Amino acid sequence: MVPLNHYLILSAAIFAIGVVGVVIRRNLIVVLMSIELMLNAVNLTFIAFSRFLGSMEGQVVVFFVMAVAAAEAVVGLAIIISVFRHRQSLDPQEMQLLKW
Amino acid sequence: MIVDIGIIALKAFLVLFMVLNLAGVLGWIERKGSALMQDRIGANRASILGFAGMGLINTLVADPIKFLTKEDFIPPRGDKFLHTLAPCMALFPALVTFAVIPFGDTLQIGERVINLQVANLNIGILYVFAMGSLGVYGIVIGAWASNNKFSLLGGVRGSAQMISYEVAMGLSVIGILMVYGTLELQEIARGQGTLIREFLPESWRFLKSAIGWLPAWGIFLQPLAFLLFFTAAVAETKRVPFDLPEGESEIVAGYHVEYSGGKFLMFFAGEFAEIVTAAALMTTLFFGGWQVPYLLRDGFHFPWGASWLLPHLAVVLLQVGAFAVKVVFFCWLQILLRWSVPRFRYDQVMRLGWKMLLPLALFNVIVTALVIVAVQ
Amino acid sequence: MTSSMMIFYLLAALLVLSSLMVVFQRNVVHCAMALVAALFLIAILFVTLQAAMVGVLQILVYAGAIMVLFLFVIMLLNPTALEPRRGLSWGFGMLVALLLAGALAALVSHNEAPADPFAATELFGAPESLAKSLFTDFVLPFEIASVLLLIAIVGAVVLAKREHN
Repeated sequence: MVPLNHYLILSAAIFAIGVVGVVIRRNLIVVLMSIELMLNAVNLTFIAFSRFLGSMEGQVVVFFVMAVAAAEAVVGLAIIISVFRHRQSLDPQEMQLLKW
Repeated sequence: MIVDIGIIALKAFLVLFMVLNLAGVLGWIERKGSALMQDRIGANRASILGFAGMGLINTLVADPIKFLTKEDFIPPRGDKFLHTLAPCMALFPALVTFAVIPFGDTLQIGERVINLQVANLNIGILYVFAMGSLGVYGIVIGAWASNNKFSLLGGVRGSAQMISYEVAMGLSVIGILMVYGTLELQEIARGQGTLIREFLPESWRFLKSAIGWLPAWGIFLQPLAFLLFFTAAVAETKRVPFDLPEGESEIVAGYHVEYSGGKFLMFFAGEFAEIVTAAALMTTLFFGGWQVPYLLRDGFHFPWGASWLLPHLAVVLLQVGAFAVKVVFFCWLQILLRWSVPRFRYDQVMRLGWKMLLPLALFNVIVTALVIVAVQ
Repeated sequence: MTSSMMIFYLLAALLVLSSLMVVFQRNVVHCAMALVAALFLIAILFVTLQAAMVGVLQILVYAGAIMVLFLFVIMLLNPTALEPRRGLSWGFGMLVALLLAGALAALVSHNEAPADPFAATELFGAPESLAKSLFTDFVLPFEIASVLLLIAIVGAVVLAKREHN
């Protein structure tokens, strides 16, 4: 059996990679995808803990994370579509009308 | 241990062999059937010395040679890797879905009991939907990698259509899950072996004597669900009247406009494998799977009291045969449909999926829940 | 090394590779396909952790619905301009990620979690036990999640609808 720490380290690595994506990418769709990656890293932690502590709660929480992720992706993509209609661009650095 | 692995491998091989061959023969049946319906002769060129072998020459010799010797064209500005990957992704889900579909009850040889199903998962039907939902990638990726406006349009249409109908398909099955109380397909098939009278309470005498003798198949307990499931399944296979991703009179050939040779053959085989899978699912969920009416493990027991005992092997063979016959019937029904109706408009497809099938499926779930509460 | 360890390391290596591809590929569709692969691998990891139900839901929801939606939007917008070259944010992002990974690794190495897994029964991770937990202890969150999804649907339609003038 694989020890718990291995799962936690793997999930930490995936989470950090997701953070890199959010910070360095200049395409809104990829930024959103990196957020999904981070959510999944967290899900992996929940499932690993659920298995090692023998409690179903971890799996139930993952269920809710999926529902929230679906809602987040849908609204995020709708915002991206409406932003793209106005500015013909997906670069978050061009969306700075509120900056002074 | 070795014997167990061998049995599983043998079952997997047999299932894949049957599905792929049935898919191949369906390619010929579709041409011949369309010719019959349109009063032509059709598909009569491929023969060796005048021997056509009921389409065997077509499916075993002429079609493979024709497809595999054609030029395999990859659009110069397309994406080479994804263009090659897409046909595999179209064929793969249709084939792996068959792993959880039971094609018979248990077969007993000496001490060993063999479950006639490749993999018995406790999440059966969810696995089917998970794999089915992967089928859309073949279309979307193939469409994008071709770098062609028509195929891109086909891909956009395909992805929206398949997501929409997956929702209705999933909801239509909920009723079945509520009635039989399990996600396992083998258990659903077993649950359909009883009679309807066992699902009704004592006090409903009239209904019990009127329809109690019917086998408890999904079609009798969930007729609306079957109509919804059938419609959604046809939409998922992307065939007429839902062939908008292809739409040859509007967008040439849609998502596979840039495919030729062996890769096109994979899309083609994928479509027919999907037909077989859809037919097997309809059979398993709504038409008793491998059940023959009134045939129990030891022979026929009719509701009027008569019985006819049969040896174990004969029962198993009858059940596997019944499953095969039902699957072939539903394949034929889908091919019949493809040549009988015109194509929808795209807004009609969307309206049908979201404004008709989805509310009806929800209605069906609510009514089923109310009836189950009333019966208990 | 046991076979379960080998499977884990194989899956983990593939998962890290596909996650890196999500972040460092320049083509959006390639990123999306790498993410699909990553989600699929995570689903397999779930299955190895006796969460088959959640694993299949993961494929159904993420790979089957959310990622198809992403691809749909990518193809609908079809952005032709490639992303501009990385600038100052690149170094900053790397720094942040390294710091974060370091902090997480330090935390993990100090944890006191049980080394041996709980002896799981046959029912652990089965649909029945998940459903029992979901519809007894978590009924309120479950209902709230359904309302959240409804709000998301309405919000998405309002946001993405073209304004008619």
